[in-house]
Amino acid sequence: MLGKVLMKGNEALAEAALIAGCRHYFAYPITPQNEIPVYMARRMAELGGTFIQAESELAAISMVMGASAGGVRTMTSSSSPGMALKQEGISYLAGAELPCVLVNVMRGGPGLGGIAGSQGDYFQATRGGGNGDYRTIVLAPGNAQELADFTVDAFDLADEYRIPVLILVDGYLGQMSEPLTLPKPNGKKFEKSWAVRGSEGKSKNIIASLRLVPDSALEVHNLHLQDKYEKITEEVRHVDEYRCEDAEWLIVAYGAAARVARKAVDSLRTGGTRVGLFRPLSLWPFPDRELNEFAKEVEKVLTVEMSLGQLIEDVKLSVNGEAEVDFYGRAGGAVPTLDDIIGRIYSYEHQDHTHVQAS
Amino acid sequence: MSIKTIPMYRRPEGLSDVRTHYCPGCGHGIIHKLIAEVLVELDIIGKTIIIAPVGCSVLAYKYIEVDGLEAAHGRAPAVATGLKRALPNRIVISYQGDGDLLAIGVGETVHAANRGEKITVFFVNNANYGMTGGQMAPTSLEGQKTTTTPHGRDGTEVGYPIRACELIDTLVAPAYIERTSVHNPGAVKKTKKAILKALSYQKEGIGYSFVEILSMCPTNWGVEPATAAEWIKTDMLKSFPLKKFRDRPMEAAVEKEAS
Ligand SMILES: Cc1ncc(C[n+]2csc(CCOP(=O)(O)OP(=O)(O)O)c2C)c(N)n1
Ligand code: SF4
Repeated sequence: MLGKVLMKGNEALAEAALIAGCRHYFAYPITPQNEIPVYMARRMAELGGTFIQAESELAAISMVMGASAGGVRTMTSSSSPGMALKQEGISYLAGAELPCVLVNVMRGGPGLGGIAGSQGDYFQATRGGGNGDYRTIVLAPGNAQELADFTVDAFDLADEYRIPVLILVDGYLGQMSEPLTLPKPNGKKFEKSWAVRGSEGKSKNIIASLRLVPDSALEVHNLHLQDKYEKITEEVRHVDEYRCEDAEWLIVAYGAAARVARKAVDSLRTGGTRVGLFRPLSLWPFPDRELNEFAKEVEKVLTVEMSLGQLIEDVKLSVNGEAEVDFYGRAGGAVPTLDDIIGRIYSYEHQDHTHVQAS
Repeated sequence: MSIKTIPMYRRPEGLSDVRTHYCPGCGHGIIHKLIAEVLVELDIIGKTIIIAPVGCSVLAYKYIEVDGLEAAHGRAPAVATGLKRALPNRIVISYQGDGDLLAIGVGETVHAANRGEKITVFFVNNANYGMTGGQMAPTSLEGQKTTTTPHGRDGTEVGYPIRACELIDTLVAPAYIERTSVHNPGAVKKTKKAILKALSYQKEGIGYSFVEILSMCPTNWGVEPATAAEWIKTDMLKSFPLKKFRDRPMEAAVEKEAS
């Protein structure tokens, strides 16, 4: 265990952002992500960085926009209701192609909902909760180690593609303490000649999302964004496959739900049912081709989520009729239990009827 | 024999050589010109970034020879905060209309001022929403007819004009707060002085500066440019008296002198 530290998921993520060189962090308090601003308030003061407790999430994401436009690495974090407010700024950042890292430590909704962990913002995260045709890269870590590692990656991806990168976490992962090895800075450097730092000695830079003239300007810009998204779809596809090789059942789950699913895989295999876990680590782009390949080999696919039918849409789009797709979801802070998942598969295996939804 | 002509008046070098989209008689163009002049006079034009609001001046960065950034409606002071914190040695200007600054962005306005961000806010008060077609603004006068107050603004129904300088003057942090106007040449001169002061204080790293400028919107006020300028004098000044509300460095200097 040499070199390991025990940290809350939220703190591991915050420290990793500092390791990645983030010195400008802006946020508004909300449970269950409060450890991040509290940690950043202390550490930024030590490191001479900037932490501002913003007056709202609208302001926090706008501060991120300003800092990003100035060419520095910047981040904001929140939880579901706060993330809803940030959608305005995210759309502007995406439109102006400004890199930044966003963190949503999800809690149950709709509305104020509850403070327990949830995965209810899958649609908001992967479909783009703001206005217009845009995408953000969405990463889905499943433990404290991944929270830290993916955060460092997120800053690189953001700079490489000039895009907001969202780390989608649920409250359980954020709150849980786990041992991890802190990542090392990878030293990658990105030239940001587009930043607005004053026009001295160069032609002037403008960062804007408004495009009025000529009439075609906005469509041309959108097509450019689509080309970029296509490139990302080819280059950024992450998935963790667990005991999938000979599986007849494939469970698809991410985050905390996938941790329970992984246990269910082992347990079911001990009982003689060949089950595997397909865990997408990037939710956009979704590893659809990879899932489709597996779907051809298995008989059934079970989607397990801490929401009521969101992830399953991407699963069905990926499976594309190659296998039957079943669903098990819990909401409002509830977590699927080992027994829930085993029971779902067991009852199908040992009875003549099916709960499987036609895909 | 060749005749040499010396131009009495020319486009300031800080102003881009393009046609603006502003209506004839609009105050935005005058204010852009003053800012451009001051940026050159203070020799900070190459270090300046202007943040354009959502409103008629959304393209402000096209008209002044500086780097430009466009904020969402009302968020310019927060964007300016992020940018200035990232680049403390640059000059950051937040340029905003009254809907932007006092309605949708009132939170960002008050909190950036309250934190004493070392930025400069130029607040163009034209008593209505120019860009969207002359709707009521937080600064529309009592009785003023706008497209959304067709019978005149009734304070008991929709509230009374909000006075930005007076509001910000209640906060501890701001260094400089002044209200000026551009309705006649004398007023324009005073506005330039205020712009110069605000930006020189930022250049010196002193603190937050705020200049409110009463400005004509003949198009949506439905009058000729000259009548618009007159209306500022006869009507707007009653609700928005021209005044230097705060000048911390000056006050400190006077105090020092006295002691
Ligand atoms: C979120 C959002 N709401 C509404 C609008 C529409 N809108 C554009 S400009 C504007 C008002 C601008 O008025 P003001 O700030 O007074 O500036 P002016 O045009 O008078 O200079 C509004 C409501 C928008 N662009 N974004
Ligand atoms: S509508 Fe009013 S504020 Fe807008 S450009 Fe025309 S005169 Fe100026």
